[in-house]
Amino acid sequence: MSLIGVVAEPQAEARVAATPETVKVIRSLGFDVVVESGAGAKASFPDSAYEAAGAKVVATAAAWDADIVLRVNAPSDDEIKLLKKGAVLVGVLSPALKPELLTALAAQGVTALAMDAVPRISRAQSMDVLSSMANIAGYRAVIEAAHEFGRFFTGQVTAAGKVAPAKVLVAGAGVAGLAAIGSASSLGAIVRATDPRPEVADQVKSIGGQYLAVEVEEQMQSSDGYAKETSKAYEQRAAELYSEQAADVDIIITTALIPGRPAPLLITAKDVSLMKPGSVIVDMAAAQGGNVAGSVAGQKVVTENGVTILGYTDLPSRLPAQSSQLYGTNLVNLLKLLTPAKDGNAVIDFEDVVQRSVTVVKSGEITWPPPPVQVSAAPVAKAEEVVIPEKKKMSSRTRASLIAVGLAGLVGLVSLAPAPLPEHFLVLMLSVVIGFYVIGKVHHALHTPLMSVTNAISGIVVVAAVLQITDANVLIQVLAASGVLLASINVFGGFAVTSRMLKMFTRGDK
Amino acid sequence: MTVQAIANAAYVAAALLFIMSLAGLSKHETGRTGIRYGVTGMAIAMAATIWLSFSGEWSETSFIGLGLLVVALIAGGVIGLWRAKVVAMTGMPELIALFHSFVGLTAVLVGWNGALHAKEMSAELAAVHSAEVFIGVFIGAITFTGSIVAYLKLSAKISSKPLILPGRNYINLVALVGFIALTVAYVITTDIALLIAVTVLALALGWHLVASIGGGDMPVVVSMLNSYSGWAAAATGFLLSNNLLIVTGALVGSSGAYLSYIMCKAMNRSFIAVIFGGYGIEAAPQGEEETGEHTEIDAASVAELLSSAKTVVITPGYGMAVAQAQYPVAELAKKLREKGVDVKFGIHPVAGRLPGHMNVLLAEAKVPYDIVLEMDEINDDLAKTQVVLVIGANDTVNPAATENPSSPIAGMPVLKVWEAETVIVFKRSMASGYAGVANPLFYKPNAKMLFGDAKDKVNDILKAL
Repeated sequence: MSLIGVVAEPQAEARVAATPETVKVIRSLGFDVVVESGAGAKASFPDSAYEAAGAKVVATAAAWDADIVLRVNAPSDDEIKLLKKGAVLVGVLSPALKPELLTALAAQGVTALAMDAVPRISRAQSMDVLSSMANIAGYRAVIEAAHEFGRFFTGQVTAAGKVAPAKVLVAGAGVAGLAAIGSASSLGAIVRATDPRPEVADQVKSIGGQYLAVEVEEQMQSSDGYAKETSKAYEQRAAELYSEQAADVDIIITTALIPGRPAPLLITAKDVSLMKPGSVIVDMAAAQGGNVAGSVAGQKVVTENGVTILGYTDLPSRLPAQSSQLYGTNLVNLLKLLTPAKDGNAVIDFEDVVQRSVTVVKSGEITWPPPPVQVSAAPVAKAEEVVIPEKKKMSSRTRASLIAVGLAGLVGLVSLAPAPLPEHFLVLMLSVVIGFYVIGKVHHALHTPLMSVTNAISGIVVVAAVLQITDANVLIQVLAASGVLLASINVFGGFAVTSRMLKMFTRGDK
Repeated sequence: MTVQAIANAAYVAAALLFIMSLAGLSKHETGRTGIRYGVTGMAIAMAATIWLSFSGEWSETSFIGLGLLVVALIAGGVIGLWRAKVVAMTGMPELIALFHSFVGLTAVLVGWNGALHAKEMSAELAAVHSAEVFIGVFIGAITFTGSIVAYLKLSAKISSKPLILPGRNYINLVALVGFIALTVAYVITTDIALLIAVTVLALALGWHLVASIGGGDMPVVVSMLNSYSGWAAAATGFLLSNNLLIVTGALVGSSGAYLSYIMCKAMNRSFIAVIFGGYGIEAAPQGEEETGEHTEIDAASVAELLSSAKTVVITPGYGMAVAQAQYPVAELAKKLREKGVDVKFGIHPVAGRLPGHMNVLLAEAKVPYDIVLEMDEINDDLAKTQVVLVIGANDTVNPAATENPSSPIAGMPVLKVWEAETVIVFKRSMASGYAGVANPLFYKPNAKMLFGDAKDKVNDILKAL
């Protein structure tokens, strides 16, 4: 049984990798849990709450000495030294941006799982920390903007005059962007959004935003769920669009990130200068270089023309209790994947695409980058997880020839048959077809009554028995009478039971 | 205008009424009218046939026949109405299966009568006649024993486990080939021993076909037997040159087959495989045992959970039928709705032992049918649901169907209850469901088990509310 260590985060971080609630679930997977003293304090989870959840509260070194160490942020070099050989470290490691971190981890002989390397497939959504954190960050970005913005978001008509609603532009309609659009529009603002992927237009609309398309002769379809860099003509038109919008809107929230690369510059210094004094820009990509000219990571900057640029990089950390819970749940879901037997033994299976992708260092060996995972996000937003194998459709040609053979067989049979038979076949065939069509649209709830009424109707066989009951042979008469008896049970019982059932169907008054 | 002509006219009317009856039964609004059409059609058909049968010279035979007919009709009617009156709604599947067997047996008797009845006819027609006797007896006998087995399985008088004989597909195939050989032989010799042989063969085949299908597939089997009973009636129609029998039998046969097909699609099973009793083979190898820790919950906490929830979905299964819990469940739904909770029912197409079984039970307990939704209608909403109550359902909510490709029920569409915030599973024990597959749902962290009789537990919750 493995020991899981939840360690404290760096000074600036308020989140923690496990909450008392997720500790309970981790323990149900068969693990023992130790928590570094004070790890959850900033997220309002006191040590006593962890103890109540069944974890042991220990000192720093003991927590880092666990078999599996859970963390939010990447460890420092000193902290890496605390890991024991063969241990597993789980956290947000940004493998593409920090190759030196991977080298250090490999040198320590540990296995490292990067939560931000979870592939964007439906099955892995429950572990996607980028999504869960972006959701929180998007909300918080709007709240921060509202805090700096000296006016209402919602428009009002009051006795003291009319107040115009705030106009918000959200650049990038990913998870963070959508969360920001939703939050801003629920505060009453007019929200517009841009995104190079036209397929997100419906998503933007669905949460109250207006999608601004960049009209060029080119469409971006992303095959791996992330946005990609865009072409020249597109960029030109987009730049014009941003300039137009900057002059008009009060708040800009930028969320544009391209994995493994510096963030694209969307709002130039000129755009910022076009904005009205008192406007607010939240640059959610500040940590990766920023989407806005003049933004500083982690800082609030006020420009000469009175525009506030927020470059906060700790937005999720500003809602620590909830973001810890969501991050913790992401970790739990990963642990569940690693311990299918729930016996407290985590095993990494490289055959599984999710486990392969998150593993950036395995037992001292760098395994980043993983082989690419193709998940088409276009044109449908979600990839289906379970693909039910479709039966191969017959080609129209084989179909036609099968029908031809069948018809020819039937024609042959009927034309050879003596007198009353062809007529009977005709009746049979027509009735078969009617039978199919007549119940084709049956309501699901009526299957049982329908079956019971067809059962009653199949009691029609009583007719056959009645026709035989006047036969000269007494044996036949007796047999026929038994037939009448049996079939009439069916007829009477079947109809009675059906009408009993139907009497019960009522409609609620709505 | 001869009697025969009038009878034929009556048959046309009856056939039309039957079609209208089936059409009427496909909508709630027209269901009751549909039954009236059916009853009228049957009455017309019976009256015309009885008149036709006794329109000849009156003789001693006629009197005996009339006496037998009256006795049989009254006895059959009384038995039928009595059974229909006393049957519990939960016993419906068994009753319908038993009714099918009667049609099958009648078809066998009619076939035998056809063989015993010596009639002068041309050699060509005689051959056709012999073949018709055989086909009628064969289908009838399969329907008869098949329905009996289905009845026994559904009423738990025999084990519902599929019977796996070695080379079972060959047994079916050999029986079929044997039937063809016997038919050819009978057409040539008209030896009555052959008729006995084919009857025995068909009886055995019917038994084997249904015995080798597991209990979980019984809804499809009942519907399939419904179809068979129709074909049996159609076969007697050929035998007696009676168009009404052919029309009606074919109607029942094809609509029953279509219904089975709809259900097979819902279960992701091959239609052909189920028809020929081939499905059991796939279900036989068991998936690895799913184990883990489950969390229990008591009725009071469930009540608390429910009263604070905004959206509740109830997914009933056969367990609700067994515990007769539909009334307290309906009461629970009503109470929650009065409190402003959005309560819906999610019904899996094969929940219970009969298609639409759950709908019938809920309707009996006066649950308004517009809050009773099908799997497809509700599955996408489950992720947004706060509390799901799984009452006596197991296989239909088994996540193994989507998550474990080696599971015997892999690929079967299921209600994704585990996507909801909390799932409460009402169950008597940790045993597996009808398909004999372990259910990983019980070990999910958001699943809580409420052990005990479903009816008692729902009543406890009602009290706590």
